[in-house]
Amino acid sequence: MSQRDYQSFDTLAIHAGATPDLQHGARATPIYLSAAFGFRDSEQAAALFNMEQAGHVYSRISNPTIAVLEERLAALESGVGSVATASGQAALHLAIATLAGAGSHIVASSALYGGSHNLLHYTLRRFGIDTSFVNPRDPDAWRAAIRPTTRLLFGETLGNPGLDVLDLPTLSAIGHEAGVPLLVDSTFTTPWLMRPFDHGADLLIHSATKFLCGHGTVIGGILVDSGWFDWLRSGRFPELTEPYDGFHGMVFAEESTVAPFLLRARREGLRDFGACMSPFTAFQILQGVETLPLRMARHVDNTRKVVAFLAKHPLVRSVAYPELEEHPDYRLAQRLLPRGAGAVFCFELAADRHAGRRFVDALRVFSHLANVGDARSLIIHPASTTHFRMDADALAASGISEGTLRVSIGLEDPDDLITDLKAAFRAAEKG
Amino acid sequence: MDFLVDGRYAYAYTGGCPVGATRPLIVFIHGAQHDHSVWILQSRFFAHHGFSVLAVDLPGHGRSEGSPLASIEQLADWIAQLISTAGLGPAHLAGHSMGSLIALETAARHPEGVLSLALLGTAAPMRVSAALLDAARDDEARAFDMINAWSHSSITVHPGCPGPGFSIFNQNRRLMERQPPGVLHNDFLACNAYEGALAAAAQIQCPALVISGSRDIMTPARAARPLVETLRARPEPRPKATVVELADCGHAMMAEQPDQVLKTLRQFWTELDA
Repeated sequence: MSQRDYQSFDTLAIHAGATPDLQHGARATPIYLSAAFGFRDSEQAAALFNMEQAGHVYSRISNPTIAVLEERLAALESGVGSVATASGQAALHLAIATLAGAGSHIVASSALYGGSHNLLHYTLRRFGIDTSFVNPRDPDAWRAAIRPTTRLLFGETLGNPGLDVLDLPTLSAIGHEAGVPLLVDSTFTTPWLMRPFDHGADLLIHSATKFLCGHGTVIGGILVDSGWFDWLRSGRFPELTEPYDGFHGMVFAEESTVAPFLLRARREGLRDFGACMSPFTAFQILQGVETLPLRMARHVDNTRKVVAFLAKHPLVRSVAYPELEEHPDYRLAQRLLPRGAGAVFCFELAADRHAGRRFVDALRVFSHLANVGDARSLIIHPASTTHFRMDADALAASGISEGTLRVSIGLEDPDDLITDLKAAFRAAEKG
Repeated sequence: MDFLVDGRYAYAYTGGCPVGATRPLIVFIHGAQHDHSVWILQSRFFAHHGFSVLAVDLPGHGRSEGSPLASIEQLADWIAQLISTAGLGPAHLAGHSMGSLIALETAARHPEGVLSLALLGTAAPMRVSAALLDAARDDEARAFDMINAWSHSSITVHPGCPGPGFSIFNQNRRLMERQPPGVLHNDFLACNAYEGALAAAAQIQCPALVISGSRDIMTPARAARPLVETLRARPEPRPKATVVELADCGHAMMAEQPDQVLKTLRQFWTELDA
């Protein structure tokens, strides 16, 4: 760009949303551990409550440290704003609860993180929100599943754990044709690998616990709005286009042309459900985001080396990584993920369950735990942990077998990771 | 709230309150490629503090029907017609950028309907650079990049608008992107062709407030000086002409410094009442 708009990703990752502290000159973002914020006078208090002025009132609704994180992620994702939440699951719940209620319907990919599948398949049904699960690679199934009551299409940019690449341009077009927004979980890709709004998604969530934080320290989530979806034209969302008694008859779509969804998510969802982020958590995630471009490049580089090793190993039946030509989404990944297909993938041991256990137990650098997106390399057996509540059919639909192992490649020396894997293969073979 | 103007529906945001003839009217007029939502905080505040508020969507912008009007003069007549249709007025007019020219021309053409003028991010004449005009015609995305870079003093202004967690920069871009194609070029041509600003300023009889941003690249404070000098050179009894320059503020002043803009407008209108 010839003009100085400072919009390059690496610069935004460090600066967006943060101004130097005017009072003390602190250059890093201070942690504002304050439950509430003082009013200048009674008039300002009333104006803040009535959304006539901008500012902080109470840290469940907004907080200066958290606002820096929210504005930074909005900048990195090319969104109009975001809301930070207590966890990635809280972000998903906030998105759904803002748009759906009893009698509403969701169309979701069958290849989801087990916790998300649980929320949609079991928990939300108890509150009257029904979900149809469809094969993420079958556009006709998505189209056919949409009902008059459908409020959202939902999938993961890279399905957990089979790494199905979601065809965002196709699915968003299907949704928009019906007046339904596409919400994606972009946790595995991060904005460095893919910006879903550039491909038609309308809303996105992250489990910020993962690559955004990057160090496996805190739990957090974020919900970002592209500002693209035309809620008024859709006609499906009276929550945003008609007066809301819970805020003195406010019509959110009149207040903001591009961000009525976020206004309601914050003014209702955070206010009433209360799944807010801690300022300390926001600080930790901000630290991670500052180095996101550097870390993601290394995560992907390490992953490619480990994948190449595993793909040739005789004890490995298959490796599900979209950069491999045999992966069903290889071409789509080349198009949507030119920087890489992330650092989480699954592989299947050509051995029985007992050999699998010996393999996992023999690892010394990889950590055996239920997380991804850490600086450390991680491994888990999905069928017995993250996806254990799914029945056999649902497991198969998610591309998981008894021998599937999910790994998240960290930032260690890749040669050490391969050495660790070699030792584990030897242990598995010994029987 | 919708009104029928020239056979087409026009939308105006009322700040979350009903409008009524018993309360003084403020009409907020947005700039090129924008809509009413750029005034979100100020319009909502005044609506809840004793004023009737109409933050309009100009024809072909936001929710208002029709094609965008081609000249500032036509837009001024449209504003007067909308106020009349609403059964309200006379009005305080607040205009931003292109909207400031519309407000000025409305006061000149319809003096009986205008109580005061608040001109934000204004310039007279309001020339649009050839590069920006060309981009608006040939490559809107490029034009949006240029406008966004020239409209904001920083990528990190605070507080967010309309509140914490919102990206001022990206909201402005998305709002521009969501207007129909061709609107931007039409609006810029209208600004560029409008030659009547100084004549209008010399003619108007109502008090005027000019608000500039010290870091505004779209309409730098110096570009408003001929207008200010003309307002101040009006014959006795000379109506009030107030000039305020907001420090460290760009062209997107209602979003970048909403409280300062609010304070300045409020002081201006309060003093008029006194």
